[in-house]
Amino acid sequence: MLAKRIIPCLDVDAGRVVKGVKFVDIRDAGDPVEVARRYNREGADEITFLDITASSDDRETIVHVVERVASEVFIPLTVGGGIRTAEDVRRMLNAGADKVAINTAAVFRPEFVKEAAERFGSQCIVVAIDAKRVSEEGEAPRWEIFTHGGRKPTGLDAIEWARRMVDYGAGEILLTSMDRDGTRIGFDLELTRAICDAVSVPVIASGGVGNLQHLVDGVVQGGADAVLAASIFHFAEYSIEQAKRFMADQGVEVRL
Amino acid sequence: MSKTIAVIDYGMGNLRSVSKALEHVADAAHRVLVTDDPDIILSADRVVFPGQGAARDCMNAISEHHLNQAILSAARSKPFLGICMGLQVLMTFSEENQGTRLMGLFPGDVKRFPESRDADGMRLKIPQMGWNQVKQISTHPLWDGIEDDSRFYFVHSYYVDPEDRELVVGSTVYGIPFTSVIARENLFATQFHPEKSADDGLQLLRNFIHWEP
Repeated sequence: MLAKRIIPCLDVDAGRVVKGVKFVDIRDAGDPVEVARRYNREGADEITFLDITASSDDRETIVHVVERVASEVFIPLTVGGGIRTAEDVRRMLNAGADKVAINTAAVFRPEFVKEAAERFGSQCIVVAIDAKRVSEEGEAPRWEIFTHGGRKPTGLDAIEWARRMVDYGAGEILLTSMDRDGTRIGFDLELTRAICDAVSVPVIASGGVGNLQHLVDGVVQGGADAVLAASIFHFAEYSIEQAKRFMADQGVEVRL
Repeated sequence: MSKTIAVIDYGMGNLRSVSKALEHVADAAHRVLVTDDPDIILSADRVVFPGQGAARDCMNAISEHHLNQAILSAARSKPFLGICMGLQVLMTFSEENQGTRLMGLFPGDVKRFPESRDADGMRLKIPQMGWNQVKQISTHPLWDGIEDDSRFYFVHSYYVDPEDRELVVGSTVYGIPFTSVIARENLFATQFHPEKSADDGLQLLRNFIHWEP
């Protein structure tokens, strides 16, 4: 049986791993190559790098990080953050990334996803969706796409947007709940379920993991094909192996 | 003199990970060459044929690079490892892109996973993306040191269905059982990506480098 994937995420700023809570309060969590090596040893199924470097001068740094990791860690690597052109995609793939996550650029110019999927293949195009609940309590739930780290609303309905991105060739959806990101109170399971039911491609749930039960919930209740988490792994609160054993004990199919 | 392992480059997919993984497991006696030169492929000691993307694009790229004969010749004469599309294009015909004629080394079709739902009503996601188990249908030197039912990394929407069932050395279940590895004499080809399959994948590549069929 296909295993549910555990994907540790490394937020990388100017070549260092950092983790913020709701995009502020950034804490240093080490050298990306060291961290990636540890995750690989512990049995991570993939690794995602999110380049949160603001300055374009430091953009080149992530390419070197990917190159170094790809030479010694032989599991799939995804890179997101600042992917805006076909040239960005090509550079990341050449550096050793297997997939790129496209976020803001897809909102500004949806055809970019189509072009990238046609040129490089759907298997390497992940569309990252940052969604925030906009319905009032008591209303039918509704989520909207936000950009700029959750600050700018776009008016796009999250479910319709996910469907459209898959039509355009996205091979996978990385779904982040902006309400939950960094809160450690668990995934937005309703959102996860709604997107998983709406699209035919795999969905990675992200945003809000604070303990191992949250990972199980994302898969069992949310229906996610993979779960992504950052802080619970960075500060060695839990190892990937512990997370997988816990999930296996709860009846989730994982690669041990 | 060093032995050469040619990784065929026809512009389809991420060859860096394939060559890096081979370099990681190769000893000093081996050299890894990423190439689209038919002469280098024909003179190499071993050949790795990777591939990603759509069937038609792959077939077009192979013919644009004038690699058809070199690939077929290598597949018949020296240790040859096909990966992902490098397995699929060896067959006769693919359902992809409204039907695509393939290289035709092995009779059989390449089919799309059928739409289906599991017991909980969750739909089968296409592509299959992630770590699935490979049942070793028969013993083979490339399985050395790899336990039966080990997990490898897959990314694909289509699977091969060879007519000659004797070719099948690995099988996997995704909604339906499908052929995930074929082998014949000097050829071994996998639907999964050994270069992305951690220790078991590296072990398979190591076995390939030392394989004397």
